[in-house]
Amino acid sequence: MSILINKNSKIIVQGITGSEGSFHTEQMIDYGTNIVAGVTPGKGGQIVFDNIPVFDTVKEAKNATDANASIIFVPPRFAANAIIESANEKINTIVCISEGIPVRDMIKAKEIIDKNKLNLVGPNCPGIITVDECKLGIMPGFIAKKGSVGVISKSGTLTYEAIDQLVKNNLGQTTALGIGGDPIIGTDMKKALKLFEDDKETKGIVLIGEIGGTMEIEAALWAKDNSTKPIVGFIAGQTAPPGRRMGHAGAIISGGDETALAKMKIMSECGIHVCESPSDIGIKMKEII
Amino acid sequence: MKIHEYQAKSILKKYNIPIQDGYTLNNIQDAKETILKVKNDFSTDDFVVKAQIHAGGRGKGGGVKYSPDFDTAYENAKNILGMNLVTPQTGERGKLVNTIYITEAFNIKKEYYVAITLDRERKKDVFMVSTEGGVNIEEVAKNTPEKITKIWIEPLENLSNEDAEKLADSLKFDKELKNQSKEIFINLYKCYKEMDCTILEVNPLIKSDNDKIIALDAKLNFDSNALFRHEDILSMRDLSEEDSMEIEANKFNLNYIKLDGNVGCMVNGAGLAMATMDIIKLTGGEPANFLDVGGAANADTIKNGFKIILKDKNVKAVLINIFGGIVRCDRVANGVVEAVNELGLKVPVVVRLEGTNAIKAKDILSKSNVKIIPANDLKDAAKKVVKEVIK
Repeated sequence: MSILINKNSKIIVQGITGSEGSFHTEQMIDYGTNIVAGVTPGKGGQIVFDNIPVFDTVKEAKNATDANASIIFVPPRFAANAIIESANEKINTIVCISEGIPVRDMIKAKEIIDKNKLNLVGPNCPGIITVDECKLGIMPGFIAKKGSVGVISKSGTLTYEAIDQLVKNNLGQTTALGIGGDPIIGTDMKKALKLFEDDKETKGIVLIGEIGGTMEIEAALWAKDNSTKPIVGFIAGQTAPPGRRMGHAGAIISGGDETALAKMKIMSECGIHVCESPSDIGIKMKEII
Repeated sequence: MKIHEYQAKSILKKYNIPIQDGYTLNNIQDAKETILKVKNDFSTDDFVVKAQIHAGGRGKGGGVKYSPDFDTAYENAKNILGMNLVTPQTGERGKLVNTIYITEAFNIKKEYYVAITLDRERKKDVFMVSTEGGVNIEEVAKNTPEKITKIWIEPLENLSNEDAEKLADSLKFDKELKNQSKEIFINLYKCYKEMDCTILEVNPLIKSDNDKIIALDAKLNFDSNALFRHEDILSMRDLSEEDSMEIEANKFNLNYIKLDGNVGCMVNGAGLAMATMDIIKLTGGEPANFLDVGGAANADTIKNGFKIILKDKNVKAVLINIFGGIVRCDRVANGVVEAVNELGLKVPVVVRLEGTNAIKAKDILSKSNVKIIPANDLKDAAKKVVKEVIK
């Protein structure tokens, strides 16, 4: 068991012939991911990586391969349309890696995803890894070990840090999910918590947030009433000054509830085991699981 | 991206929003001519002199002055242009006023508040109006939230006529004012949407003594990811409002924000960069900066990062924390060695490299002749760098 993807997922890579797309396609194949097709407009008919056919459109790729998941590596100004293209073909799980998509474009894409009841992860995220089965993203696969902890994080490298700490404490993972740090994202923390709650193999959850927005608070309030699994939480940005965008488009404190301390307090009150220090994530999970 | 009030108003004007209009100047020798031009072009005998800086609360700091006649306007222009304006939003250091805006003046019957922004929770734009204009709206939101009316706009739609009417009704407008304001609200949303704004705020929107609705101030912030389709906005960028080191870092694709501490840090990824700042603080140090070298860090990125961090004279030690995923640690290690050899090592450097090719990287560092302090993990790295600063 796992969430969103597993060894049976059939995957399309949108932007497979670009430099990012082709590099990561190779990495994903090496991990054992079942990539069935690529899409790059104007490059239909090519074969890449020995046996992967490239199509001009997602529609053609889906018709030929019956794919049910896609990953997007197209430049930011075209990325929202790439999401919409997959959504129109009812691709069930769509992961968007592209960084720098205008908010206005994402509002539109998100609306179409929600109307079709599909799963979008990202944009501006490291993707998903279901350990030893399928990698739909850019995470370094070798750091993860199979086990029973689910990981949810807004940040890429901080996800790796958490996975590494878990492994050093002899705790493996089911699935690790980088949800992205943009103001509008497809899968928020609450939805990710629900997915892990329903996954029998997952026994504990690491939830890593950061300043900006109130998503962590909504997730914590949901967990208080609904979650049966222990959750270890961390919020990055305790030292971030208000009003400054800390790298991620969404990481900006514009109100009292958006500070790290406010989020940490509410998460604790909701029963989440909140770490003050980012180096305590692994050990804290070890203590409580 | 932020722009000045006069620039924001020039955009609103294109959307047929009635504004308090005027002209700018940045040399006091042009003041008399400019005031005269405002007097003639806008048929006004009294004026407002307004400092143009990217921070709110200008009035409180003495950067906005009503001037009943030509001579007072000239006096105020002389005083405000070139002043160091300190407002609740500029910090203690304040901001130098390089440009002033001389506008027509209105007799105000009532002030209102209008703003549009993204509601991240609902994933929809929210249009807010209040009868409590001109004041700090955050205070209103906290103490009397019922005085703010909010309307959410469906993702693929515009502000509807009915919703515009609801907003106007909440401000208790009569029929004539309602007609005026409905059109203004619809056009404000159109502007917000078409121009890829992240914030559009008019505070105050006023009712003048002859019952006209006018935007007295305007604040527009833009989505920097969308600037590729707004070259006109990009040309409004005022680099003098931004930190010069941050601009330089941007040239190298580095994301740098200067802070007040003395521990410089260089990290890959925004989340890990914030977490690294946090652990420095928790260990008893103070971070000097936020620096995300991004997903494609190589020897050059590291070198440029070093240069920028070391320009900050407060920096007493540097912590490099790289978790290599796509980034290969051996390349980072080579970058560290090169940078140290080229720039010389003036402060202690603690290096923690984890992930892809980390072992190879440790080997490179230990075999090199550069004196860096290796760290095993995040906690160890923070302890070591803080120890260097305290010693």
